[in-house]
Amino acid sequence: MLKINQYVRAQSLDEAYALCQKKSSVVLGGMMWLKMEDRPVGTAIDLCDLGLDRIEEKEDGWHIGAMVTLRQLEQHPGLGTLTGGALAQAVGPIVGGQFRNLAPVGGSIWGRFGFSALLTVFLALGAEVVLHGAGRMPLETFAAQPYGRDILTEILLPKQPVKAACCSMRNTATDFPVLVAAAGIRDGQVRCAVGARPAKAALLTDEQGLLAGGVTPESAQAFADWAAEKLSFDSNIRGSADYRRTLCRVLVRRALLAAQGEEA
Amino acid sequence: MEIKLILNGRPIVREAEPDTLLIDFVRAQGCLSVKRGCETSNCGLCTVMLDGKPVLSCGVLAARASGHRVDTLEGLQAEAEDFVAFIADQGAEQCGFCNPGFVMNTIALLRENPDPTDEEIKAFLVGNLCRCSGYEGQLRGIRAYLDAKKAREKEAQ
Ligand SMILES: Cc1cc2nc3c(=O)[nH]c(=O)nc-3n(C[C@H](O)[C@H](O)[C@H](O)COP(=O)(O)OP(=O)(O)OC[C@H]3O[C@@H](n4cnc5c(N)ncnc54)[C@H](O)[C@@H]3O)c2cc1C
Ligand code: FES
Ligand code: FES
Repeated sequence: MLKINQYVRAQSLDEAYALCQKKSSVVLGGMMWLKMEDRPVGTAIDLCDLGLDRIEEKEDGWHIGAMVTLRQLEQHPGLGTLTGGALAQAVGPIVGGQFRNLAPVGGSIWGRFGFSALLTVFLALGAEVVLHGAGRMPLETFAAQPYGRDILTEILLPKQPVKAACCSMRNTATDFPVLVAAAGIRDGQVRCAVGARPAKAALLTDEQGLLAGGVTPESAQAFADWAAEKLSFDSNIRGSADYRRTLCRVLVRRALLAAQGEEA
Repeated sequence: MEIKLILNGRPIVREAEPDTLLIDFVRAQGCLSVKRGCETSNCGLCTVMLDGKPVLSCGVLAARASGHRVDTLEGLQAEAEDFVAFIADQGAEQCGFCNPGFVMNTIALLRENPDPTDEEIKAFLVGNLCRCSGYEGQLRGIRAYLDAKKAREKEAQ
């Protein structure tokens, strides 16, 4: 368990950021991950009073606050329509509703965990992140950065609807995924992310032009086969590298076809 | 630090450590229905309502819950009474350790969706683990309760 010396509900982002610059400080997301760590924490910084629990459509896109829970993401009608239900597909198998009522999207995205279905789906959706400190940047840029001491405040999605889907394979219904694939199609441009390889999700675009003629069962399979060869996979307790590569050929095809609205 | 919250309808003010988890806080207040079945936020046994929403009390600091309303099974007996007998009738449970968390989340389910399908029941309750049974009895119990409720409503018309 974490041993917390001081708990502070930050009253401004500047306060949270200043507190966070100390090595012994920690930002609390849902704490579900943190609480499994065994270490002393000087100051636990809670962002719960900063109004970051809102989902808003604005001029420049959809703003999803870092403290929006996974359950809110799953149930929000506007985001459901915007993403063709892909967010609910990604989040739905995570533990249970009581967990998802606590876990905020900020903890998942900031964590950049290898198994993360959230990171996978938001990469495919073309999300950006806003950091108090480093500012606004594409999620793929943030995902590749080392862990810093910024505060993640928002995730942004383009206003334009995206045809999208997220598929995963799990050994039991709510276990960590063996592999996750997500696809997003906007203006004919495809973004496909594969996570739980078990390394962090990787983003692919159609650099080979395999989908240039549209997403069909044949082109989706060709893309999935290419993805399976291009990406690296490893073995862990949940599955071998070879098994994951085989799953990739199936899940990427399914995600593309489901995004396109075709039967997989 | 001072924790101020409404527990089962009663305002309380107590001292707790900054790292006290809500589960330990409510148990210290005598709400012993709230059980710890894991160390990994995985089992659902510790389910309480935080501002009316089911959450894992092992995954929230008492400090974060301060200022909010917390309900445990101790405060929701009347609402639970309706359906627990139907689950017991199926002989669903063996040791019963998982029961309070399961009942709490079933209350949450029925508040949100009074007439769920079997698939909706399973999706909602999937985060409540039971290590003695195979969940079938619990599902039959909830189904029997819903059927009985419908029959009663029909009769009343
Ligand atoms: C049992 C279990 C099963 C899971 N299964 C899945 C699964 O199947 N698929 C999946 O995708 N995920 C899964 N997860 C991961 C889960 O969805 C969360 O990603 C994870 O728990 C971290 O989120 P949290 O809110 O608990 O973060 P925390 O533990 O609170 O935080 C994680 C890290 O992020 C930092 N942080 C949090 N918020 C911010 C912020 N706004 N700014 C800066 N730093 C911040 C914290 O300081 C910490 O270092 C699982 C987790 C558990 C415990
Ligand atoms: S004790 Fe297992 S989820 Fe809380
Ligand atoms: S009856 Fe024993 S854990 Fe469910």
